[in-house]
Amino acid sequence: MNKKLRNENYIRYVERKSPKSSWFKSLFHAFLVGGAICVFGQMVSDILKSYFPLMDLLTIGAWASVSIIVITIILTGLGVFDRIARFGGAGTVVPISGFANSIASCAIEFKKEGLVFGLGAKMFYIAGPVIANGVLFSLIVGLISLIF
Amino acid sequence: MNKKIGKSTYELEHPVSIIASGAYVGSKEGCGPFSDYFNNVAIDDTLGEKSFEKAERKFFEMSLKETLFSARLKISDLDYIVGGDILNQLVSVNYTARDYSLALVGLYGACSTMSESLAVASIMVSSGVGDIVACLTGSHFSAAERQYRNPLEFGNQRQTYSQWTATGAGCSVIAKNGDGPKITRVCFGKVTDFGISDIANMGAAMAPAAFETLKSFFIDTKTTPDDYDLIATGDLGKLGADILRDLLKKEKITLGSNYMDCGHSLFREEQKTFQGGSGAGCSAVVFNTYIMEKLKNKEFKKVLLVATGALMSTTLNQQGETIPCIAHLVQIEN
Repeated sequence: MNKKLRNENYIRYVERKSPKSSWFKSLFHAFLVGGAICVFGQMVSDILKSYFPLMDLLTIGAWASVSIIVITIILTGLGVFDRIARFGGAGTVVPISGFANSIASCAIEFKKEGLVFGLGAKMFYIAGPVIANGVLFSLIVGLISLIF
Repeated sequence: MNKKIGKSTYELEHPVSIIASGAYVGSKEGCGPFSDYFNNVAIDDTLGEKSFEKAERKFFEMSLKETLFSARLKISDLDYIVGGDILNQLVSVNYTARDYSLALVGLYGACSTMSESLAVASIMVSSGVGDIVACLTGSHFSAAERQYRNPLEFGNQRQTYSQWTATGAGCSVIAKNGDGPKITRVCFGKVTDFGISDIANMGAAMAPAAFETLKSFFIDTKTTPDDYDLIATGDLGKLGADILRDLLKKEKITLGSNYMDCGHSLFREEQKTFQGGSGAGCSAVVFNTYIMEKLKNKEFKKVLLVATGALMSTTLNQQGETIPCIAHLVQIEN
């Protein structure tokens, strides 16, 4: 039997045989965790709004994001965040917490190779592509809005 | 002279003995189904070291020392060590050999290193190269994650068909003369690639390699799986083991209840490793504790150890290559 055909058959067989994760369960977990993070962010902005009525919405939004980032980084350092993420899946990735975790976890991991070539060089190992794509797509969107 | 039987199996003219064996395992493995067989379990997987690579080396050192101690041997009694690990440049075994000024035959067989080193060492010793030789292999979950996957604290979900790299190192001491189970036949595996490129699905990638090796061994020796008390594959996991059964069934070879997979059996279901353990340490710790103990008290008389390895390079995988795999077989008798 030729190898290509054998491999195609085998890959199809493996796909059938491999256990699938239940998408309904994953969605529900993501909804719970992602929702909780967003509720927390809303809570921070509501509290700020009631104490500092003169603060503008942009600043309040920034404070909400910063508080989520700080808490994520602390939880990453304590080794708790990966457990929450294992349960929540996309629920922790989509809010800003996923981004904060990807940088903090790399920083912890590569610190052993030194502050410059370890931590400094590899901190954006996972977040790097996200930033590069973010810049590229905001450029495209910016150009579109400039033209039309 | 050692004799070649069939296409790829070799029979040792002077079978060599495994005079001592032992393992040093991590805390998670120590809570698994084999906890009664593990004499040395780490409380903390860093073993007090500053990095996981150094911790892995410490696991190697400890298992070597404990095994030699159990056989009343000294480091200076060894002629050389044969072994390897799954980290780049075989750092764990290289640095262990450096620290004890030992001669080293370093082997890279990914997770198949235990049976590969047993096979190489037994052929060397039986043909007069060395009298007492140690086979040393292991892996560390956190060091492997770092090299092959993501940082430890990175929050992501593991695939349900993925496996968990075992933490631990195993050591077997082989001698030309002496008491203990004997290695009688070896079969070096073909590099097999059935086109799997998903690095999370190691079981499916490696099962064809185990299949090729077992098939050619049974044909060469004209035996069937029922002739052995135990057939143990290295780290196919639950999924890989099921695939291997299916593949062999197509060739009219049926694996019975005497078949087990070291990776699948290393952890309990509730330890959430999904398909079970993987890594070079997996077959190393199970073989050197559970299987060796059963061989010594004659519960098992004839055992086949088929450790499987995914010879995966993350660089070539990102360049679009699939995962080549290998499986080496050794037959141990008592």
